[in-house]
This record gives sequence, C-alpha cells and structure tokens, in this order.
Amino acid sequence: MELNQLTIKNAKGGLKAKKFSSVELTKACLEQIKKHNRELNAFITITEEDALEQAKKADNLASQGQAWETKPLLGIPIALKDLFSTKGMKTTAASNVLKDYVPEYDATVVKKLKDAGAIILGKLNHDAWGHGASGENSDFGPTKNPWNKEYVPGGSSSGSAVSVASDMCIAATGTDTGGSSRQPASFCNIVGLKPTYGRVSRYGIISMASSLDSIGHITKTVEDSALFLNVTAGKDANDATTSSKPVPDYLKDLKKGIRGLKLGISRKDLENVDDEVKKPFLFAEKQLKDLGAEIIDINLKYSDYAIACYYIIQPSEVSSNLARYDGVRFGSVRQNFGEEAKRRIMLGTFTLSAGYYDAYYRKAMQVRTLIKQDFENAFKQVDAIISPVSPTLPWKLGEKINDPLKMYLSDILTVTANLAGIPGLSVPIGFSKGLPVGMQILGQQFSEAKLFQIGHAYEQTTEWHKMKPIL
Amino acid sequence: MKINVPHVAKLANLPLKPEEERKFEKQLSEILNYFEKLKEVDTKNVETTSQVTGLENVTREDKAINSLTQEEALSNTKSQHNGFFKVKAILED
Repeated sequence: MELNQLTIKNAKGGLKAKKFSSVELTKACLEQIKKHNRELNAFITITEEDALEQAKKADNLASQGQAWETKPLLGIPIALKDLFSTKGMKTTAASNVLKDYVPEYDATVVKKLKDAGAIILGKLNHDAWGHGASGENSDFGPTKNPWNKEYVPGGSSSGSAVSVASDMCIAATGTDTGGSSRQPASFCNIVGLKPTYGRVSRYGIISMASSLDSIGHITKTVEDSALFLNVTAGKDANDATTSSKPVPDYLKDLKKGIRGLKLGISRKDLENVDDEVKKPFLFAEKQLKDLGAEIIDINLKYSDYAIACYYIIQPSEVSSNLARYDGVRFGSVRQNFGEEAKRRIMLGTFTLSAGYYDAYYRKAMQVRTLIKQDFENAFKQVDAIISPVSPTLPWKLGEKINDPLKMYLSDILTVTANLAGIPGLSVPIGFSKGLPVGMQILGQQFSEAKLFQIGHAYEQTTEWHKMKPIL
Repeated sequence: MKINVPHVAKLANLPLKPEEERKFEKQLSEILNYFEKLKEVDTKNVETTSQVTGLENVTREDKAINSLTQEEALSNTKSQHNGFFKVKAILED
C-alpha cells in the first residue's frame, strides 16, 4: 500500500512507530495530486512548499515524543474545501467573484485542524458557494468522478470527495447544507459526515444558508470520521449557533456493536429510488439485521414536501448571504456570479419579497416544523434511521445541467436532515454498473457517537470502503 | 406562477443580460410551480422553525476585543482612498 492510501488512523500509527515521516507522507500525497489533478480537477490551489515546511515541523515535534497527546492529527496531510477561510491563502468559494480573495484570518475549524497538527495541502474545488449536487457549478471547471471520469462526483463538496477517494490526501473538510458532504461521499465510495447543526463552528466558512449550514468532513473510514470530529466539534464564541453541550470522545463507543439497536426505514421514501440503488440498500439492511439490529418501519409523513420546503428556505437565505458581495470591500462585481448563484439569488429575492413572503418563506418555515416533528416522533421508536443517500446513481457530466429543477430533486433524501438539524453519516454499501452507492444513517440531534457506532459495525463486515478506483 | 424578472433583479442588485432574463423567467416559473405542492399541507396554528436546536438570545459580554487592523480590513479592496473604502456617492449635491 502507498503512503497516500492510508487512513488517518494507520498514518498516525506509522508516524508514531517512525515507519515513515510526515514529509514522506506529504510528498506521497503531493505526488498523487501532480499525477491526477489535471484530469480530475479536485484542487483549486495546491500549497506544496508550505505543506512540506509544515511537515518538517511536524516531524521535529513528533521526535520530541509527547506532542501526540495534544496534536491528534500531527503530520497528517489534509485538504480544505475552498469555502474555508485560510489566512494568507487564497479562498475563492469556487467563484469568479472571489477568485483573488485572500482572507486575513483562519476559520475556527481551520485553526483547530492546524493546532491539531494537520498539514494543509491546498484548497478544493466544489460547486461555487456550495450550490449544486454535481460539482459542475464551479466557476473553475467540473470535478470528475474517479470511478468513471464521464460521471459527476456529486456535490457540492466534489473536490473533497474526489481528493479523498483518489488518495490525494488522507482526509478533507466539506460543508453540508442539503447533502453536500454525504452525497459526494456516496458517489465516490467514501465516508461523509454532516454533524448536528451547531456541533461544529461555522465561523470563517463562507455562508450559504445560515439556518441549514453545517460543517462536515470526508474520510476513508468511519473511525477516521469520529477522530476528525473529535478535533472540529465544540462551542465557539465566534459562532453563536454552536452548542455548549459537552463534546464526547467520539471514539469511545465506536466498537460497541449494534446488537439490539432499533433502525428505522421509511419504505414510502424508497418508492422513488432507482433499483440500482435500492438493491444494495436492501442488502445492507439485511447485513445490519445479521449484526443484531432490529429493523422497524417508520413513517415520515411530510418527506414528500421536503424539496419544496428546502428550495424556498435555502435560496432565500442564499440571497441574503450573497448580498454582501458588492465588490467594495473584497471580491469583484455582482455580474461575475455564475449562473446557479444568480438563479438562487433571484429565486430567494422573489420568495422574500413583499407580497410573497407569507406564501413562500413563512409557509416553508412552518412545513419545516412538521418535518422536524416527523423525525422527533420517529426517534421515539428507533435509535437511528437508514436510507439511501441519493435516489439515483451518479449521472453523466452535463446530464442535468440545463434542468435546475431536476438537479434540485436529486437532493430529496438528504435535505431533510438539514431541515431538522440532525446529523447524518454516509457510508459505502456497494456498486451498481461500476458506480458507488451509499447509505446514510440519521440520528437525533447530537447523536453522532451512535452514528459512528452503527457505521463502524457495518463497515467491519464489508469490504466496500477498501475498494479503490483505477485512475 | 409568473415572475417579474427585471423587478426582482433590481431588488437583488443583480445586473442580468437579456438572455439570462429570458432563461430565468422560464426556469424560475417551473420551480415556483413545483412549490405549489406546499399548499396541500395544512399549517394552521403551526409555528415556524428558524433555529433548529432551540437556542435563544445568545449574547456575549460587552467587551472590546481585538479585531482586524485598518490595513488588514482594506487588504482585499480594489477601491480605497486615504485608508477608507471608496464607494459611489449615494447623495447628490
């Protein structure tokens, strides 16, 4: 196995045992980026020199011994979605509006990752501003799916998923406003986390829709996802929406197994799922049963209204958040927004405008309450809910780009978690026609530890997560 | 549902080309028609949800803390004058 193919856990093990250095590990990742980025277009900015310098420092610190206790990611090369502000490092939001923008400060999560010893390899491509389910809305060109380069890698965290799936880095950050970490993870055969709203600070991460935005990450295994959240979770004085609930050690219950746990499935919501996705999902259901879980049918009464609800609330908040880009203090003029950003600004401005606010925005915020209650009721009966992440396999590049409504409808299974503020973990469950399929595990607010427990138990009985694309 | 695209674009301070206006009018109408399905949902006496984890009135101590310096704050602007952001005049003589 090449060094860049390692998980966080195994890379840490190797670094601690001095089998290799962080410089060697970082070089292996940079080598892979050089070989494949031109074709896959996962990175917008690569910070080779800086990364190697940080790796040298990490190696020095590691040689002093105790550093591992306070620096759980010491010497681990990661990459950041380009919505994460990085001091002195270009942060573009994958948009021409911010193509020259260099932040004067680090996002809280970036600071935490640096403090934990992580090496930053660069900034990753994505649908501009986080708007999209395919990666094609980047102003810097689409990212390709490493499993089949004619297909989309999912979005909006397209570069995050592709860089991890193609072993250009050990892990990557993402955001998730309506599925943007879970869905690309599922399209690329890796693990994606959307934490509970307010579990991870959003300070310094370019806002999309503030009542829905959560900050996630993409990793090669469930255990890595837990390890990563141990670093990023927690209250932040700079983000008033972060929770003061204590952060547990997410690795603690990881290996407890799932015997006796109750898992819910909403069968009605499987009706619109393609057979290529449904088949692996129903097989995963069987595997979870074999592991001792009890499967219970639940009814999410309002799930059919989730897309309409979400695509009113989200563009409304987008139009408000993007109002700040006026070309005065930073960035360029508003003409430079790409087509999808313009479409959402228009839609949101309309649904918030005088005479329409009650019929659209207010109505959607009421339906949101009902969707949230659906989940609260379900969690009285079950420990977690499982469903496919996407109703379809990854689609061909260009297939949905001229039909925005069709693109929006592909988010049907993921947006509910954002509306309800609950966490979701996406794990690989197999392949159809050579393309990856993912399952999401949804839990009550602040139940991430349980999602890791379920995801890890499943992962231990399957080999899917170990499969690598031929590049 | 028809949408007055030039009016909304003006509200959004978003200059659009004529072909964009035409395209958006069609696409946004389709999307708004899809939203009609929300009318099926009875929301009488249902509260709205805007903060999903139940936080209320989060405040901090009213104490000055360090922020960006003037130089840092101006570092990304393309239009400055004597250490200030330069904007178009909003009042006429």
